[in-house]
Amino acid sequence: MATDTENVSEKDASFQLRGGTFSLMVLKLLDAASDTLFAKLGDKVRQAPNFFRNAPVVLDLDGLPGNELVDFADLKARFRELGLITLAVQGGIHRHQEAALRAGLPLVPVSGRSNKLDTTARPDTPAAATPKAANRHGAPAPARAGQEATGRPAMVINEPVRSGRQIYAQGGDLVVTAMVSAGAELLADGHIHVYGALRGRALAGLAGDTSARIFCLSLEAEMVSISGLYRVNEDIPPAIFKKPAQIYLKDGYLSLDPFSDRFSGNS
Amino acid sequence: MGQIIVMTSGKGGVGKTTSSAAFATGFALRGHKTVVIDFDVGLRNLDLIMGCERRVVFDFINVINGESKLHQALIKDKKVDNLYILPTSQTRDKDALTKEGVEKVMEELRKEFEFIICDSPAGIEKGALMALYFADQAIIVTNPEVSSVRDSDRILGMLAARSRRAELGLEPVVEHLLLTRYDPYRVERGEMLNVDDVLEILAIPLLGVIPESREVLRASNVGMPIILDDESNAGQAYADAVGRFLGEDIEHRFIKPQKRGLLARLFGRTR
Ligand SMILES: Nc1ncnc2c1ncn2[C@@H]1O[C@H](COP(=O)(O)OP(=O)(O)OP(=O)(O)O)[C@@H](O)[C@H]1O
Ligand SMILES: [Mg+2]
Repeated sequence: MATDTENVSEKDASFQLRGGTFSLMVLKLLDAASDTLFAKLGDKVRQAPNFFRNAPVVLDLDGLPGNELVDFADLKARFRELGLITLAVQGGIHRHQEAALRAGLPLVPVSGRSNKLDTTARPDTPAAATPKAANRHGAPAPARAGQEATGRPAMVINEPVRSGRQIYAQGGDLVVTAMVSAGAELLADGHIHVYGALRGRALAGLAGDTSARIFCLSLEAEMVSISGLYRVNEDIPPAIFKKPAQIYLKDGYLSLDPFSDRFSGNS
Repeated sequence: MGQIIVMTSGKGGVGKTTSSAAFATGFALRGHKTVVIDFDVGLRNLDLIMGCERRVVFDFINVINGESKLHQALIKDKKVDNLYILPTSQTRDKDALTKEGVEKVMEELRKEFEFIICDSPAGIEKGALMALYFADQAIIVTNPEVSSVRDSDRILGMLAARSRRAELGLEPVVEHLLLTRYDPYRVERGEMLNVDDVLEILAIPLLGVIPESREVLRASNVGMPIILDDESNAGQAYADAVGRFLGEDIEHRFIKPQKRGLLARLFGRTR
């Protein structure tokens, strides 16, 4: 019987092979020979050191000029120095793909959503880059993200998230029913809800979902980010500081809105 | 079964050892059999504050290594009944602490003592983790300044994630805030955080506020736990905090600047 043989082989097996889908950070290379590549990336890493520590990354080669000779082994080593672990490459031309393979980086199929922490995003510039990056790979980003927002599992944390802790709700929403201290970091592919003061960092829509939002009872965050667009503490308008707020992307801009009395029923 | 209490802070020099000595002495004075253990391997300090440094023969590390029996290393306090000190080694380092070794000592102490106070080293590395691992309760020693508060927050996170209670999914470690070296005058001038600021950030119950006091240094230099000086503000504040720990309802004192007479101001005494 089929089930019996399965059981027997499972008992004897020292391994199992399975398929898996992953949501990974994609780093799009535009100029691998640029002197400023590592300096700029280093700046980025220092802004969110926990996020980048030992973070797996896939290199997107679509933007590389065809005539450029890329030393992938060297790239890999230098990314590692910044904390990143290069896993594979996607896109690009055959010549670059071959060179990557020689450095131990296989080719993976291009994913539809690959704009996690878009490095072109800056706190005070419009977020136009992000949705476009998603569209470039043929994904109708907002609509699809909206569909995914329903029915995905939420991670619920019922204790304070203290300094030094990092929590990642992969593929879903993150709900914290207590406060989040300065020096703590919340990451979610979906929305982030904080039913307490948000004093640490919160990065929602990590895998590129531009419809993700952040909600909190008291906005005092060190940094908030939606799909790669971020604002640091200094940029939070005083009028909304320490107030209940939601943060979302609107027309490519990061919006920080207070929950006004009309929602809470007070006058 | 005795209660294991860790005195911890993350940041160094905030008053953990001073507070460990005060609480241990306070519990013993009220008739509870208490032992206080120095976890700061290599920076032996507690025995000085407790005034028993000349009576150390064996230490915590000797016991862990099986080089002496627990009873050979325990020092009975000369001034206060029910009070014992387990000093640490000055020549070894934190790697001498093994979880299994510490656990054995803790289990033995639990059978005999009501309170076991672990004086943690500073930092968030091995020594501090070892001191907090077996805790049932934690007294978070914090000074009213941002860096100390941040480190306390970090340690609270460790208690919630890396203590034995957390790892085994037991009831969480009971948390208490002890705000020390509190100078109401500097707080009033805005140079230090006030009690409410600290409580807002850490959000744990306040066990006590110990005022900054010169008597603390004076007492530690003669090897006398400050709680025995019942004329000093700091000694009284520790006695109050011990009472609260034991369930008494005692109002907080020494939070607001006191009106001082001309003489006191001239001599600048902070008692
Ligand atoms: N309430 C107080 N008023 C004035 N000085 C104090 C007070 N509490 C502690 N001190 C002083 O602060 C210094 C550090 O105290 P203590 O050794 O207890 O801190 P600690 O947290 O154990 O330090 P470490 O991290 O090095 O172990 C000592 O000189 C002590 O006398
Ligand atoms: Mg100490």
